[in-house]
Amino acid sequence: MRVVERLVLAVEKPLKEAIWDCRMCGQCILHSTGLSCPMRCPKNLRNGPCGGVRANGNCEVYADKRCVWVEAWEGSRRLPVFKDHIQHLQRPVDWQLQGTSSWINLVSGRDQMAPKGWHVDP
Amino acid sequence: MSIPSRLAELLRDGRFVVTAELSSVNSADPEATWRRAEVLRGSVDAINCTDNTGAHVHMSSLAAAHLLVEKGLEPIMQLTVRDRNRLALQADLLGAAALGVRNLVLMSGDDVTAGDHPEARRIYDIDSMQLLEVAVTMRDRGTYLSGRKLEQAPSFFIGAVENPFAPPLEFRPLRLQKKVRAGADFIQTQLVFDVPVFARFMAMVADLGLIGRSSSFRRLGFPARLVVPASCARKFPGCTCPTRSSRASKRPRRPDKRRRASRSLSNW
Repeated sequence: MRVVERLVLAVEKPLKEAIWDCRMCGQCILHSTGLSCPMRCPKNLRNGPCGGVRANGNCEVYADKRCVWVEAWEGSRRLPVFKDHIQHLQRPVDWQLQGTSSWINLVSGRDQMAPKGWHVDP
Repeated sequence: MSIPSRLAELLRDGRFVVTAELSSVNSADPEATWRRAEVLRGSVDAINCTDNTGAHVHMSSLAAAHLLVEKGLEPIMQLTVRDRNRLALQADLLGAAALGVRNLVLMSGDDVTAGDHPEARRIYDIDSMQLLEVAVTMRDRGTYLSGRKLEQAPSFFIGAVENPFAPPLEFRPLRLQKKVRAGADFIQTQLVFDVPVFARFMAMVADLGLIGRSSSFRRLGFPARLVVPASCARKFPGCTCPTRSSRASKRPRRPDKRRRASRSLSNW
């Protein structure tokens, strides 16, 4: 399994980093966020923007960068499918998955595992 | 469910509710908090105790809220996910409940770079919506996020925030809808200076059916008076102020007199 994972990662990591500036959280929700990686947000927000977004649409923390969620909203409007997935209530990040392959976690269902006390449907 | 607090009771009854923000102290002397809070006694229904406002360190909102409870005042404890992970957040929620704090407002929090420790590590282990769900779970199911049982579930009146003035404006009502789905009992908005933008936001919130229909979304809080100096638009992330009202509210006042008012949506 480790060899398989390394092989998958050898493709997944450079590809997603090049296209989406992926941070390898191992629980990808790009299709729910207009193909804008929410882990690029300094606050790692996966449910929407914080209240600090600047009036010009730039990040509260990095004044010269567009807010990840402004891009996510615009991107989600352009997507032909999964448009409504931006309204999903995302579960807490499982930090144990950092650096692992989200493709493998998707197939195995590992990325769907929520804490036992989490009761919200997406 | 029994009514958890006086604030909850007032909002349930559709009363016009006034809340004020207590500027948090940098003093180990409880008198410092009481002095500031006493100014508000009788003129407000509840007092927001902020959690390291603008990412500047102050006495904890939990301690301030407890000091207010001791004096028979009605605190609203603000709690951000900026400084604590999910363990610390749940520990503080349970501690707050044990100390008599019933009203919560849960939020992301201004980034550390806005404050006096810009070099600090920001946490954001979970986000404000997930924290809402965690607090609701502790209250209604009597368990932690891990599923482990509490001996005694806390009684909370759980609030959330929204900033109707920050982009992407069209997404803001949908984000609010998420918070309602996560279980928010009431909402406090960012300070309102731009009434037309706020009216558009409220129209979209109404279109989503969040007003009146959702059992959890009963009231919306927003400030009734523009008593915050225009300089706050520059000082605090997320606080925007159109030029005209900047001029109108030039006269600075003491920050602990900053008032927020909530009124029932039926009056909106």
